[in-house]
Amino acid sequence: MGRTLAEKVWDDHVVRRAEGEPDLLFIDLHLLHEVTSPQAFDGLRQNGRQVRRLDLTIATEDHNTPTLDIDKPIADPVSRAQLETLRKNCAEFGVRLHPLGDVEQGVVHVVGPQLGLTQPGTTVVCGDSHTSTHGAFGALAFGIGTSQVEHVLATQTLPLARPKTMAITVDGELPEDVTAKDLILAIIAKIGTGGGQGYILEYRGSAIEKLSMEARMTICNMSIEAGARAGMIAPDETTFAYLEGRAHAPEGEDWDAAVAYWKTLKSDEDAVFDAEVVIDAASLAPFVTWGTNPGQGAPLSSNVPDPTSYEDASERLAAEKALEYMGLTAGQPLRDIKVDTVFVGSCTNGRIEDLRNAADLLKGRQVADGVRMLVVPGSVRVALQALEEGLDKVFKEAGAEWRHAGCSMCLGMNPDQLAPGERSASTSNRNFEGRQGKGGRTHLVSPQVAAATAVLGHLASPADLSDATTTAGV
Amino acid sequence: MEAFTTHTGRAVPLRRSNVDTDQIIPAHWLKKVTRDGFEDGLFEAWRKDSEFVLNRPERQGASVLVAGPDFGTGSSREHAVWALQNYGFQAVISARFADIFRGNSLKNGLLTVVLPQETVDALWELTEADPTAEITVDLEQRKVLAAGIDADFELDENARWRLLNGLDDISLTLQNEADIAAYEAARPSFKPRTITV
Repeated sequence: MGRTLAEKVWDDHVVRRAEGEPDLLFIDLHLLHEVTSPQAFDGLRQNGRQVRRLDLTIATEDHNTPTLDIDKPIADPVSRAQLETLRKNCAEFGVRLHPLGDVEQGVVHVVGPQLGLTQPGTTVVCGDSHTSTHGAFGALAFGIGTSQVEHVLATQTLPLARPKTMAITVDGELPEDVTAKDLILAIIAKIGTGGGQGYILEYRGSAIEKLSMEARMTICNMSIEAGARAGMIAPDETTFAYLEGRAHAPEGEDWDAAVAYWKTLKSDEDAVFDAEVVIDAASLAPFVTWGTNPGQGAPLSSNVPDPTSYEDASERLAAEKALEYMGLTAGQPLRDIKVDTVFVGSCTNGRIEDLRNAADLLKGRQVADGVRMLVVPGSVRVALQALEEGLDKVFKEAGAEWRHAGCSMCLGMNPDQLAPGERSASTSNRNFEGRQGKGGRTHLVSPQVAAATAVLGHLASPADLSDATTTAGV
Repeated sequence: MEAFTTHTGRAVPLRRSNVDTDQIIPAHWLKKVTRDGFEDGLFEAWRKDSEFVLNRPERQGASVLVAGPDFGTGSSREHAVWALQNYGFQAVISARFADIFRGNSLKNGLLTVVLPQETVDALWELTEADPTAEITVDLEQRKVLAAGIDADFELDENARWRLLNGLDDISLTLQNEADIAAYEAARPSFKPRTITV
């Protein structure tokens, strides 16, 4: 019987397999950041252990870093202490670190791919659930807790039970203005926040094959929001073209050997998945969330759902609580929802293509009165590319704030937060209660919907923008 | 890790689904660099409401959390497990747990028990009607016992063995160091490296 992509990558990393034990898997790349690593380094020290493979380990600062005044000392002493702890740990153990101010600094899941470290057929882990992002390259990539961070630092392996596999096949053409973000939000709404529990997802089909690497990363990034630790896309010419020439991509004979291997990394025709979901790309539309988990989403053209319409008691209760928290009424058109803040950034949508998409719509337009728009590039490299293309000017001329790279308002560990009751349209990945600041209300959207929303002041799609412009012109 | 064999304690019935890790421990708590001192951050936002179940006087000292499905969704923060343990919880019962949270809990000796929603409903009804009702989580027998409730649960044998004996994963793995070294020696040269050593 044939094997799935996930099974191939898994099998290629088994260090030890024994009856009644989880497989011991080798880890090709370990990404570190300041939040989930301090206790792991403490564990190493307490047990007199070293980092086994410094050459497979890299650290960056992202969750706590400010996006303003980065040349000044960090105002929050607790954030500063955490960053200093990472610097001290990396210096003591010899780990390569890209701190705030470094040209390679940025959100860990933006940094790995842009350096060419994330490669097809590798295993990638990080103490961050959005490590699933790297699956866009056909890597088996998943988030781990701090105990596992310590385990990988000490052994470069992890004991793991092999998950089941789920194929998510998306065929057809995505309609205009429908992005990877809309697609993944629609997938999560369909299978639910627990639908992927215990599975590695493989996104496949003609609509997926047409996507850029940036778009594929957006999709794999949010696999965890469907409950799956990992999501993968088979590598192809798009993947190879993205990687070629990057700082850590293989060269010469190594490149040829790598590509030959990478080409074998696709699910065999007779491979059997444990579950399958099929989605018609043409049926999709711009999608937004209305609730407090990423599965509570709907097409932008629809209305806030009525909790009584849910048959499942637990879903009904969850919807009731969500509407109360979000300050929304059943039946209210989603387009009527006014926002205070628009956030473009994060490991989900903070890459150059995302900034281009938002800038395209903002060009010659203005952010609505009373709306604050933050644009936070995913990394310093993304910021530099945006400067080269003049995107920063477009944002600033439209009235948006152009900030320094980092996780920023995605989770509000730095000063970029929503005030209680404030409402955002956010290109990030989680709309949990208080995620972007205590009492803050989050609607997850694509960069295009974020830009249109910023201009009109209420949840809107790019099509609404041209309608509004046309109307204004008459 | 502390060994877990069996535990008996009073319960906190938490009738919520999709209890995400941002609710269990909000992000601003993650700036701490220790594994302890997270108890005041547990369910911080919800605890501002005096009627929240954790604030009820009859729930003080309870050590078994009985929650709705999809408990622990969201981030990989192990701080969520530490917060529950720091507060005094020894076990969490739910119909479904998020994968990363579950893995983190079992590595720290917080027993996460999966039971069918009907059994969770029965435990909610029992412990809401009688806050003094005790629940026993018996890992040796793989059973949850309470008045009128006798439910078997599944846990893979390897995880159970490690919990019962309080074994440290890293030491177990390092017993197979030769296998790791052999694997490393055979890795292709095109694999990425972060630094030259």
